[in-house]
Amino acid sequence: MSVKSATMLKTTYREAVREAIRDAMRRDDRVFLMGEDVGKYGGCYAVSLGLLEEFGPERIRDTPLSEAAFVGAGIGAALGGMRPIVEVMTVNFSLLALDQIVNTAATILHMSGGQFNVPLVIRMATGAGRQLAAQHSHSLEGWYAHIPGIKVLAPATLEDARGMLWAAIEDPDPVLIFEHAMLYGQEGELAEDVAAVDIDKAVIRRAGSDVSLITYGGTFYKTMQAAAELAKDGIEAEVIDLRSLRPLDNGTILDSVRRTHRAVIIDEGWRSGSLAAEVSARITEGAFYELDAPVARVCSAEVPMPYAKHLEEAAIPQLPGIVAAAREVLGTHV
Amino acid sequence: MTTAEKTLNAQEHALHLLQQMLRIRRFEEKCAELYQATKIRGFLHLYIGEEAVATGVMEALQPDDAVVATYREHGHALLRGVSAEAIMAEMYGKQEGCSRGRGGSMHLFDKASRFYGGNAIVGGGLPLAVGLALADKLRGLKRVTACFFGEGAVAEGEFHESMNLAALWNLPVLFCCENTLYAMGTALARSESETNLTIKAASYEMPAWSVDGMDVLAVEEAAARAVAAIRAGGGPYFLEFRTYRFRAHSMFDPELYRSKEEVASWKERDPIELFSENLRGRGLLSDEDLVRLEQFAAEEVARAVDFAEAGSLEPLEELSRFVYSD
Repeated sequence: MSVKSATMLKTTYREAVREAIRDAMRRDDRVFLMGEDVGKYGGCYAVSLGLLEEFGPERIRDTPLSEAAFVGAGIGAALGGMRPIVEVMTVNFSLLALDQIVNTAATILHMSGGQFNVPLVIRMATGAGRQLAAQHSHSLEGWYAHIPGIKVLAPATLEDARGMLWAAIEDPDPVLIFEHAMLYGQEGELAEDVAAVDIDKAVIRRAGSDVSLITYGGTFYKTMQAAAELAKDGIEAEVIDLRSLRPLDNGTILDSVRRTHRAVIIDEGWRSGSLAAEVSARITEGAFYELDAPVARVCSAEVPMPYAKHLEEAAIPQLPGIVAAAREVLGTHV
Repeated sequence: MTTAEKTLNAQEHALHLLQQMLRIRRFEEKCAELYQATKIRGFLHLYIGEEAVATGVMEALQPDDAVVATYREHGHALLRGVSAEAIMAEMYGKQEGCSRGRGGSMHLFDKASRFYGGNAIVGGGLPLAVGLALADKLRGLKRVTACFFGEGAVAEGEFHESMNLAALWNLPVLFCCENTLYAMGTALARSESETNLTIKAASYEMPAWSVDGMDVLAVEEAAARAVAAIRAGGGPYFLEFRTYRFRAHSMFDPELYRSKEEVASWKERDPIELFSENLRGRGLLSDEDLVRLEQFAAEEVARAVDFAEAGSLEPLEELSRFVYSD
């Protein structure tokens, strides 16, 4: 993690995303933000609060509730020479624009034989934890990671919330950024002049030699806590923050597993056909003979997200489950 | 300008329009033949019968305007300036094709002429057109985006969302609805509670007119008026072109849903025949003219076939290209 210095500022994940948008708007006049309630309302998660006043309604553009049209318009505007940032309120609503994302954004470079690239960024909230039930809480980023032609990012830290956006805007192809809704309030310190970050490498956030805990996004801090918990018993867990779900950084994953010989994947998506399943398959394909125990997964229960707090908590990965899974692969389960 | 010069100019332009329609007709007749010969595979959707629409609209556009079309777009691409060679090679799946053989008949693209496909999801091209127009507006460019779609798209949510957005933001889009009365095999009256399409468009507060899509001059005039209004900053415009496809929906279509009599009655209003008779009646088209126009079209088709036949297949090592930018 970052080193404290005189230039560190106290901030939140939400403010880091806002500052990233503001910075991009200032650096490049082709950049504009559009989405539902991004202007007058200030963003449904208050990410874009104040930006309308600063940049005006042409560049902070409120849209009707027309996900297919405004996501598609983002694709068209990108083809027309702009650098749009499209905000979709939640991943569940992005399904209304799935046609544009999967059938157009992801395909047009290929269908045109390399003539038309789409420099578009689509940001959206994902994940559970606010008792918003079964139409506002799912983690479908793993689905999007299935699609060739798009890139899928999941910033978990303040540095990534701040630094990934500019890299995504500079990318010539469509990039989807998933911001876990429970991370917006995350507090921390961030360097005043943040360095750019790469958007295709996983990062080892905590080094360890006993087990690799592989995660991303909303389950990242829970996994870090689990590693701290395990350390109390002398178990040194390595924590990998995937950061990019497509492309997946095979090298970092496999190198770690070759050192620790054990892996647990923590993913808020449902287990069947999940990103965790893909990571597990890659470990099996690339490091099978290095494993001392079967790969384990901690995923969401296979139910639509319930409203009741105790049920919602039980449905998604939590600290005790992550610790237990790590102990299980280490053979130290009690 | 003397009266004689005006007549000459009018004749030149008229023959040009006829030439353009003939180019599409002869090109596509060859495509159908090549499909039977298994040179072309996949889906093949022919525009035969509808040539007046693309011909008239393209005349109203400037070279730097954009065109978004559907999977029935050979004619649009051809008249927009994509070479017959590149289109035919695309249908042959050759890397010399306008999409390097990655797209086929349904996905013709060309950056040089701002031809944005070749979109085979009904209604899917409309948001794209709205976005292209938004970019032009934000960049202060006086360009127009022409978006073609069939009447079947009117049943899609993307149509309504896009019409609303274009009107709400006053964007320079020309919505060109090619009303062929059938969405594949489903008649308009069997899919729409309101079959008057201009009423739907007008409800989004944009000018909306219905045009005889078999009359190339009527199409050209309506499109020119619409494009002028759009370019002057008047926002989007909707034109419904009443036309008919003479051939089946695709090469797989047994045409169980419409009668031979209905097809025959529309063929009596063949846009090429109608316009030829009109010109003959006014002494603007001679037999020699027609032979010359036909010869030009035939030579273009022959060149296209030769080019496609001589084309090469993309090496398998390149399979994973064009997924992300190189």
